[in-house]
Amino acid sequence: MATKRLVFNFPPHLIDQPVTYQLITEHNLKINILRARITPREWGRLVVEVSGKKQNLDAGLQFASDLGLDIKPLAQDVQWDAEKCIACTACCSVCPTGALSVTRQDMQVSFDHDKCIACELCIPVCPYEAMQIEF
Amino acid sequence: MAKTIQEINEKIKSGKAVVYTAEEIISVARSKGKKKAAAEVDVVTTGTFAPMCSSGAYFNVGHSNPRIKLGGGSVTLNDIPVYTGFAAVDFFVGATAIPDDDPRNKIHPGKFPYGGGHLIEDLVAGKDAQLLARAYGTDCYPRRKLETWIRLEDMNEAMLFNMRNGYQNYNVAVNLSDRIIYTYMGVLHPNLRNATYCSAGQLSPLLNDPLYRTIGIGTRIFLGGGVGYVVDRGTQHNPDVPRTDRGVPRMGAGTLAVMGDLKQMNARWLRGASFSGYGVTLAVGIGIPVPILDEEMLNYTAVTDNDIVAQVVDYSEAYPNCIPGSLGEVTYAQLKSGSITVKDKKVPTAGLSSYARAREVASTLKNWIAEGSFLLSEPVAPVPSVESGIKFKPLQERPIFNNARVAVD
Ligand code: SF4
Ligand code: SF4
Repeated sequence: MATKRLVFNFPPHLIDQPVTYQLITEHNLKINILRARITPREWGRLVVEVSGKKQNLDAGLQFASDLGLDIKPLAQDVQWDAEKCIACTACCSVCPTGALSVTRQDMQVSFDHDKCIACELCIPVCPYEAMQIEF
Repeated sequence: MAKTIQEINEKIKSGKAVVYTAEEIISVARSKGKKKAAAEVDVVTTGTFAPMCSSGAYFNVGHSNPRIKLGGGSVTLNDIPVYTGFAAVDFFVGATAIPDDDPRNKIHPGKFPYGGGHLIEDLVAGKDAQLLARAYGTDCYPRRKLETWIRLEDMNEAMLFNMRNGYQNYNVAVNLSDRIIYTYMGVLHPNLRNATYCSAGQLSPLLNDPLYRTIGIGTRIFLGGGVGYVVDRGTQHNPDVPRTDRGVPRMGAGTLAVMGDLKQMNARWLRGASFSGYGVTLAVGIGIPVPILDEEMLNYTAVTDNDIVAQVVDYSEAYPNCIPGSLGEVTYAQLKSGSITVKDKKVPTAGLSSYARAREVASTLKNWIAEGSFLLSEPVAPVPSVESGIKFKPLQERPIFNNARVAVD
């Protein structure tokens, strides 16, 4: 038996597909949903604990990523370092939840921790190491 | 009535100069009318804070005892290789230099966590750096090895010298391919999923003096949080491009070479930056004062994000292969609204140049001038404008045939 805590990021076109169901029925995996956020026309996110036989787990995750699911190990927390941030806004167009957002009037950037789903899309985008994951 | 730079400086010295930022001047011009505003306003301050790769710094570290000839030797500072092809203890650090053992893009996309840009930031922040040197040894410079900690304050000269900064306008980057690409314009998602731009628009220095009437060689500027100077046109200066009615280039055009003493700069305005899959660079804060000599200058500085356009360029195919053309023209007002339309698709936009910080540069420079601590300078010579005939040329490759010693056309 192998167990992994993962974050499934669903692109908008996969949100209405029964991916989790297929993982359970076709790949014989046990899936415990820890957190979920699904919004129409946006990226959805499931934080899951998946367990099953090692080979089933590998095959199931392969199947899901082939479908276009973005699968990441669960990062515990994403932090924004306001001192390091230069408010370039580069991250704001990739942040799927609006956790990172721009006030258009003065083009200042702010981070709403409660909206962050730790999808990590902003991490490679920020050139100034202002977005950091804490495990 | 026209003013001169000397007259404006007299007003600055007596604390009476009327100064606005390039953002504030827009509403001042609207409410007072251009004629009245031109008569009343003395200076408009501009600003930008963005990655500028052709930046660097030169240093003179002083002579060790016994002496060592770093010139022609190999030197690293915090593992960043520096260029030593000068006299004994002078060298140049480029913003994009990276350690020899950085894996680069071997594991794609490379992270490029530390490079020349970060080194310059660290030195300006007052941090110690490790200097490691190997030299070949001569009769007058016998030493062959040197390892020491060094700080900015220990050096004789430490000068920021950027051969191309302050690009007058720039491309908007998108990705038409079906794979993610990692560029100097940031991470571009496939099938037009995002667009990035890099200009402060209405606050940007050269967009407020589009034909370089007042910004020239010797212009005193805000550079990296301190005072610097325009030394000449920058590399790739390309004034002769299509322009709008008010003279504003519709695409990348003029550039500036600038320099200044690093010891009076501030790490808030010189920030190392790591672009995933691309490399390291330095974000530089620059602010240039524009003297309002007459109504024409006022009119230039009253330019708004609605009046400035940029070209949308595909960075998956067109840019790498030098295929000319644009996917469309958008205004900075649209870019800053958060989305533009390209090929009938709504595309979210993001900046690389920080408008929020550009405002801070412009208002800092405004305060310096208002409190009399920063005087304007008369350019010694202009930077070449449209009629100069200067063109940014592509490289014409000429193959080198076997063992040829002499070039043939
Ligand atoms: S990890 Fe980054 S991109 Fe993802 S939701 Fe949080 S802030 Fe937004
Ligand atoms: S990419 Fe980094 S520096 Fe730019 S706005 Fe986002 S957090 Fe700030």
